[in-house]
Amino acid sequence: MAEAPTKGGETGLSARITAILGNLGKKGVAAIAEMGLGAVLFGQSVFWIFVGHRRGQPVRLKAAFDRCMEMGIQALPIVTMMSVTIGIMLAIQGIYALRVFGAEEQVTVGLGLSVVREFGPLITGILVSGRTGSSLAARIGTMRISQEIDALEVMGINPVRFIVAPALIAMFLMVPLLAFWADIVMLAGAGWYVSVDLGISFSAFVQRLSETITVNDIMHGLSKAGLFSILITLVGVINGAGVSGGAEGVGRMTTRSVVLSISAIIVTDMVFAFVTTR
Amino acid sequence: MNHPLDAAPAYQRPDLTGAPPVIEIKNLVTHYGSRKILHGINLEVREGEVMVIMGGSGSGKSTLLNTLLGLLRPTSGDIRLLGQHLWEISDVERSQLRQKMGVAFQGGALFSSLSVLENIILPLREHTKLDLNTMLIMARLKMQVVNLAGFENLMPSELSGGMIKRAAFARAIVMDPKVLFCDEPSAGLDPIVASAIDDLILSLRDAMGMSIVVVTHELESAFRIADRICVLDKGHILMIGTVDEVRASDNERIQNLLNRRTEEEILDPDEYLKRLTAVNE
Repeated sequence: MAEAPTKGGETGLSARITAILGNLGKKGVAAIAEMGLGAVLFGQSVFWIFVGHRRGQPVRLKAAFDRCMEMGIQALPIVTMMSVTIGIMLAIQGIYALRVFGAEEQVTVGLGLSVVREFGPLITGILVSGRTGSSLAARIGTMRISQEIDALEVMGINPVRFIVAPALIAMFLMVPLLAFWADIVMLAGAGWYVSVDLGISFSAFVQRLSETITVNDIMHGLSKAGLFSILITLVGVINGAGVSGGAEGVGRMTTRSVVLSISAIIVTDMVFAFVTTR
Repeated sequence: MNHPLDAAPAYQRPDLTGAPPVIEIKNLVTHYGSRKILHGINLEVREGEVMVIMGGSGSGKSTLLNTLLGLLRPTSGDIRLLGQHLWEISDVERSQLRQKMGVAFQGGALFSSLSVLENIILPLREHTKLDLNTMLIMARLKMQVVNLAGFENLMPSELSGGMIKRAAFARAIVMDPKVLFCDEPSAGLDPIVASAIDDLILSLRDAMGMSIVVVTHELESAFRIADRICVLDKGHILMIGTVDEVRASDNERIQNLLNRRTEEEILDPDEYLKRLTAVNE
């Protein structure tokens, strides 16, 4: 007991450092494990989509169709509303910035490229994360708590095939379509503002756009949207599957799923742009 | 002899000694992380038998059930279900084996997005190529068996606790399983509904010849339905025997369980102090 203070001080510091490092390591390992789980889930979903019917356990197209309605069609109003708003906002800022050089007319170039390559897919991705990613996490989390996942398992119905694969199909189809719709609506909103503010006719705006945007630019945006759709689904499913501890757990993991999938989208967006544009 | 409870004829238990086993568990050891839950379980369930696995909370009975259902991989030991080694067969074989077993979960585990009928029909739809009409007839038949006819189109959220249990039973037996597992069938039900569920379990065994494994902590229900009872305590089997044998047991822990006596934990004073001050070594 007599030497406790000095010794305690030293070991206290080193213990704290080890604890911090240990914690960091644990978090790192957990993050890597989660990514691995995502890869496994993706692999299994693809497996069931292509091989399921040979095993007598096909992925139900009706389930995928239902998810398409829920995740795609029902998201149209909010995507449309946000896209028009953002289109107008971009036009306002674009004109303001270019006025410095007296080059307001050039706003179409900036608008066209930024919307099709970035804003359309990104805004769609963020909206879908908030809407569908969270609902996936909450739904799977609740199913886990109420033992519905266990019930599927003991009925010999693979949960990945039954729940994840249809969601993945639906998202992969619907998110790029939504992004394409967002592109169109956003540009229409921007075009409306530009034509009012600068006195350019709407058809002239469209004409300028068609000279600026190439199919490549649109594909760049839409392939990102496809990538986002997979990310959002996997992040939602993993977080839902990781739920423990009742209603509070569902809430926590739902929040986590939204935060993680939006972060994942933004980082992927940057990396994708870096890799394909340089 | 004039006690009202004696008036009804006692339920005649069939003689099952010598019936072949449908479940054989040998030296089963299970861990959760580093915590050892089951310490070498040996148990046999015979064909057509109602085996009740009884124990208090934390006795390991849910873990044992999850291991039997193939939801939790054991550390060591062997489980044979209908002659197949549950943990040594391939996923495809396990999925086929699972079509021969039914499970009624504690909370029902009905899919909340599907109606009662859709829930019950789901195993048929996923595993058979029957046409829809045949499946509907089979599902309705099973709903009749569990006394739930007429509630086909309700959603699970619209059902009462007892009805959820019945629907779960109907879904569990829709594929005519050889073995039926029930997790706490009478938990959360009032005594009358609970006893109706007990009747249902017995009638399923008698009418369909299923072997039934029931996990429960309810003594009354256990004594009523069991052919044999397996008493679990802290991951060990205290005894396996008929209702009368369990009642007559002079094992102190079993008597405590039967008489609902709580056990005083004997603690070493040092240990107690450590626990109070939460000092970890």
